Amino acid sequence: MLTTEEKHQIEHEISLVPTRKAACIEALKIVQQNRGWISDSSLAEVAEFVDMSPAELDSVATFYNLIFRRPVGRHVILLCDSISCYVMGYETIRDHLYSTLGIKYGETTEDGRFTLLPNACLGTCDCAPALMIDNDLYRNLTVEQLEEILNKYT
Amino acid sequence: MGLKILTEHINVPGIETLEVYRKHGGYKSVEKAVKTMTPEEVVEEVKTSGLRGRGGAGFPTGMKWSFLAKPEGVPRYLVCNADESEPGTFKDRWFMERNPHALIEGMITSSYALGANTSYIYIRGELMFILRILEKAIAEAYAAGLLGKNILGSGYDLDLHVAPGGGAYICGEETALLESLEGKRGNPRNKPPFPAVKGLFASPTVVNNVETIASVPWIVNNTGAEYAKVGIGRSTGTKLISASGNINNPGVFEIELGVPVEEFIYSDEYCGGIWKGKQLKAVVPGGSSVPILPANLILKTTAGEGRLMSYESLSDGGFVSGSMMGSGAFIVFDEDQCIVRNTWNYSRFYHHESCGQCSPCREGTGWMEKVLHRIEYGHGHQQDIDLLVSVAKQIEGNTICPLGDAAAWPVAAAIRHFRDEFEWHIKYPKEATAPGAVYRGQLDSVTA
Ligand SMILES: NC(=O)C1=CN([C@@H]2O[C@H](COP(=O)(O)OP(=O)(O)OC[C@H]3O[C@@H](n4cnc5c(N)ncnc54)[C@H](O)[C@@H]3O)[C@@H](O)[C@H]2O)C=CC1
Ligand SMILES: Cc1cc2nc3c(=O)[nH]c(=O)nc-3n(C[C@H](O)[C@H](O)[C@H](O)COP(=O)(O)O)c2cc1C
Ligand code: SF4
Ligand code: FES
Repeated sequence: MLTTEEKHQIEHEISLVPTRKAACIEALKIVQQNRGWISDSSLAEVAEFVDMSPAELDSVATFYNLIFRRPVGRHVILLCDSISCYVMGYETIRDHLYSTLGIKYGETTEDGRFTLLPNACLGTCDCAPALMIDNDLYRNLTVEQLEEILNKYT
Repeated sequence: MGLKILTEHINVPGIETLEVYRKHGGYKSVEKAVKTMTPEEVVEEVKTSGLRGRGGAGFPTGMKWSFLAKPEGVPRYLVCNADESEPGTFKDRWFMERNPHALIEGMITSSYALGANTSYIYIRGELMFILRILEKAIAEAYAAGLLGKNILGSGYDLDLHVAPGGGAYICGEETALLESLEGKRGNPRNKPPFPAVKGLFASPTVVNNVETIASVPWIVNNTGAEYAKVGIGRSTGTKLISASGNINNPGVFEIELGVPVEEFIYSDEYCGGIWKGKQLKAVVPGGSSVPILPANLILKTTAGEGRLMSYESLSDGGFVSGSMMGSGAFIVFDEDQCIVRNTWNYSRFYHHESCGQCSPCREGTGWMEKVLHRIEYGHGHQQDIDLLVSVAKQIEGNTICPLGDAAAWPVAAAIRHFRDEFEWHIKYPKEATAPGAVYRGQLDSVTA
C-alpha cells in the first residue's frame, strides 16, 4: 500500500502535468526514495495509482538507469566510466573500490551498505575522475580520498 | 579577453540569489520584453542575432521559433533541454550551478516570445543537486512576481517547472525527451513532424538547450544586431566550451566564436597547454559523438589554414579531414592515450545507451563494441578493421535518430586517422596489451 505521504507527493507531481500517467517516472522515484528500490508489489501499487497496467509501467521503469528494479544497498555508488574520467585515472579508482568493498559492478556489499554501479559521464569531466554517492558528487578523486568519502556513509 | 555574454557575472558572490542577480542587471530583459515589446518583436531580435542552437545541431534559433505552429486554442510549450549527458560535456551543469537565475530569466523572456504559458526544464536525473538550486531560484522568482500570473503587471502568465529525467542519455534527443516528459520510455519519434508542429502532449513545442536560452536575455537587452557583430561569419556570438582531458586548465570557457584552436589549446587564458609538458595527440572537439582529429588536423585544415573554434571551421574538410562543433565539448588526448582503447570506451557507451528501436543501431553498436574490445585485448583479426568500417557505414543514415550516426562517426574517424594504431594492436597483440603500452607510430621498430 502506498503511504499517505507517498500518495500526497505523487498527487502533487500529477497536478503539474495533464495526465496521471505523465507523472509515472516521478511517482516511481518518490516510492524508490522511501523504499530503496521498486519491488513488483511497489510497481503494482504505483501502476494502479497512475492509471497504468503494471506491465506498461514496468517497461518504463526498466528503461531508466536510475530506477532500480532489484534491491540495492543503503547507498548507491555511481562511478563515471566515460571518456574524460577514463583518460584521467578511472581504472585505479574502480580497482580500489573493487578491492576495498570486495564487490564488483552490480553487486552489493554483504552488510548492505553499498551497491556499486558504473555510470555514464556525470557532467563534471573537468574534475575527473568523478563518482556520485546517493545524490552527492565527488570530483578530482584520488585513491587516498576514497576511504574518507566512504566513511561518511553508514 | 573576449566579450562575456553569458559569464560576465558568474563569479560574483551570491549571484545565485535573486537580490544579487538583480543588482547586476538581472531580469531586465523580462521587463523590457513583457512591457515594451510584442512577442513577434522578440522573435525578430533572436532571428537577427543569428544565434544557433547550442545543444549540438546548431540550428538557427530564431528560425525554429518562427516555425512554431500557432493553432487557435491549443497550448504551446517551451522545454529547456538540460539533459546534458554527452560524455565530455558539462557546460550546462556548470552554468546552472552558478547562475540559475540567468536560465530562468531566459526561460521567461523566451516563453513570452513563443506565447507559452507553461514551460519545463528537463534536467538529467543524476543532477538532483542542480534541480534543488533551480527550484530555489524559481521560488524566488515566483515570490518577486517574475513568474506566475500577470508577470510584472503585464497580463502575461507563466508557470515554470523542473522535471528530472530517469538516467538515460537518449532522453537528450528532443523527441525522446518529450516522450520521457509524458511519462513514457524515451524512444525517439520520427521527424518530421518536428516538435515545433507536434511536440509535448501533441502541442507545438520548442525545445532549446540551456545555453541557447541563457543567451536570449543579452540579445533582448542589447539587440540582435549587436549580438550578430560578435563571432565570425555564420557563427555569431559566444559559446561555452567544456574543456577536459589531458590539459593544464580543464574547465568551462566562454569564447567569442572564431578563436584559433591553437590559441584555445595553448593559451593560459584557456586550456593552458598539454599537461606534464606532453605532446598533443588528438582532440575530439565537440563531444564524444563527433569525429576525432589528430593534432595536425585540429590545428590546421588541409588547405593549411589555422583552424578556428567556429561551426564552419571545425567542420571544414567534411568527414574526411574535419569534425564538428557539436555541443562544444573539447576533449584533449596527450601522446600517451591509446586511440583504440578510447574508441572502445565510447563504443561501449553508445551500445549501452541505444534505445533499441532501430536494428542497425541496436545491433551495430553492440557489434562495434565487441570488435573494438577484441582488438584492444589482443584478439583482433586483420579483417576486423574493415569490418568496423562496414558496420559503421550500415548504421549511418539508417536510423530514426542521430544516436546511430553518433556511434558510427567516431569509429569511422578513428580508423581513418589512426589506422596504423589499430593495425599495430592486431599485429603485435603482446606488445599492445602490455601495461602502459601506447602506439607511437614506430611500427617498424617493434618486433613480433
Ligand atoms: N548536448 C549534448 O549533450 C548532446 C548533443 N548532441 C547533438 O545533437 C545533435 C543532433 O540533434 P538533433 O536534434 O537530432 O538535430 P536536428 O538537426 O534534427 O535538429 C536541430 C533542432 O532544429 C529543429 N529543426 C530542424 N529542422 C526543423 C524544421 N524544418 N522545422 C522546425 N524545427 C526544425 C529540431 O527540432 C531541433 O530542435 C548532434 O549534432 C549532436 O552534436 C548529441 C548528443 C548529446
Ligand atoms: C542522442 C542525442 C542526445 C542529445 N542530447 C542533448 C542534450 O543533452 N542537450 C541538448 O541540448 N541537446 C541534445 N541533443 C540535441 C537535441 O535533440 C536538440 O537538437 C536540442 O535540444 C535543440 O536545442 P538547441 O536548438 O538550442 O540546440 C541530443 C541529440 C541526440 C541525437
Ligand atoms: S538510432 Fe538508436 S537510439 Fe536512435 S532511435 Fe534508433 S535505436 Fe534508438
Ligand atoms: S567523463 Fe566522467 S564526468 Fe564526464
